[in-house]
Amino acid sequence: MEDTTVKLLGNKGSPYSHRAEVALRLKDVKFEFLHEDLAHKSDMLLRHNPIHKKVPVLVHGEKPIAESLIVIEYVDEAFEGYNILPSDPYERAMARFWARFIDDKVIPAFWMSCWTDGEIQKGFIAQSKETLTTLQRQLEGKKFFGGDSIGLVDLAGCMIAFWFAVLQEVAGINLLNEEDYPVLCRWAEDYCSVRAVSESLLDKNILVAFFASKKEKIFATKAPVYD
Amino acid sequence: MASEKGVTLLDFWVSPFGQRARIALAEKGVQYEYKEQNLVEKSDLLLKSNPVYKKIPVLIHDGKPVCESLVIVQYIDEVWSDKSPLLPSDPYQKAQARFWADYVDKKVFDCGTRLWKLKGEEQEAAKKEMIEILQLLEAQLGDNKYFGGDTFGYVDVAFIPFNNWFYSYETCGNFSIEAVAPKLVKWAKRCMERESVAKTLYDPNKVYEFVCYLKKKFGVE
Repeated sequence: MEDTTVKLLGNKGSPYSHRAEVALRLKDVKFEFLHEDLAHKSDMLLRHNPIHKKVPVLVHGEKPIAESLIVIEYVDEAFEGYNILPSDPYERAMARFWARFIDDKVIPAFWMSCWTDGEIQKGFIAQSKETLTTLQRQLEGKKFFGGDSIGLVDLAGCMIAFWFAVLQEVAGINLLNEEDYPVLCRWAEDYCSVRAVSESLLDKNILVAFFASKKEKIFATKAPVYD
Repeated sequence: MASEKGVTLLDFWVSPFGQRARIALAEKGVQYEYKEQNLVEKSDLLLKSNPVYKKIPVLIHDGKPVCESLVIVQYIDEVWSDKSPLLPSDPYQKAQARFWADYVDKKVFDCGTRLWKLKGEEQEAAKKEMIEILQLLEAQLGDNKYFGGDTFGYVDVAFIPFNNWFYSYETCGNFSIEAVAPKLVKWAKRCMERESVAKTLYDPNKVYEFVCYLKKKFGVE
């Protein structure tokens, strides 16, 4: 008989792992969360994601799926119920575009703003402000990027909604705040209040402690410590 | 722009990203207007259609712009779904196709650019990386006719435009792709037999001419 069990190899500290977890919860999929120690990755993870060796990896039966945005689309297509992506092709294209914008532009600019200093930091902060402003504009008139309920772009934006505040605190910067980004901050609160999301999130203090403990390493390498 | 019916593609002749869109449209038999863009003095239409990145390709369908080449290809596949499906219907096969197209996206162009732009040790490193990337893709292809299996699909569309840059990478990096990934070369020949690909891709020598122009422009060599 075909194995239909669902396992998620992930780490609660990773926003990318969070995306996959929320997708599964939105669809009411029964799954087993297998915690990965990112400093000592399991044989199972390395076997199922030999190319990137990162979390998350969804294993559906014998089939591994890697890369968080790809995992979300797979979950949306393989399981019934909640629609994470819209059905209209143009709306789907827009969702994919903005999800990629978050990954390619918003996150890197913010990340580098946290872990650089001097003139270089000023440059990244300016970039980051621009990307956040551009993204915030997409929320005009909507509760979530997905409309009335969370969708692909909201999941993609989870790092903004929860992790950015943590990183800011550890790095000692104040980029994403209510005064400058009232709409984005309101969205962040609404996103975190969604049950599938809140059930997936770690306590903020634990996350702060985690990044604080890695601060020196991140400053030196700029590499993400959460995948 | 608002309510103009039809399909327009804002593009730049040698762009492998634009070629992905052109190949997809040709596979689907879609009639469209091709508008070559000046990337030094960008048109109002381009700036209005892609205000975020200001880049080509941009597909404009009934007045609505779609940006980012792989987003465009998926859009084309979903709108013109009655002909030549590019993505498989099975969710897992679809996820695999997306994974490998994403891999091509993340790796090939950047590494290739470093290959022709850099010199010395850095160029050697880029060459080593390119060989690794090509061998990995070749392993993924296996003994299949296409990355899509028996049929030309999404990953083939994503990757084949880079084929006509291989000559430039080989010349700048001083290595032979046929020597390191012979199955890929055979795959590329098969793809070039398709009208959609043959009519879209430019002669490798023309691409190399363009790379030389870029090298001059960036003061390389």
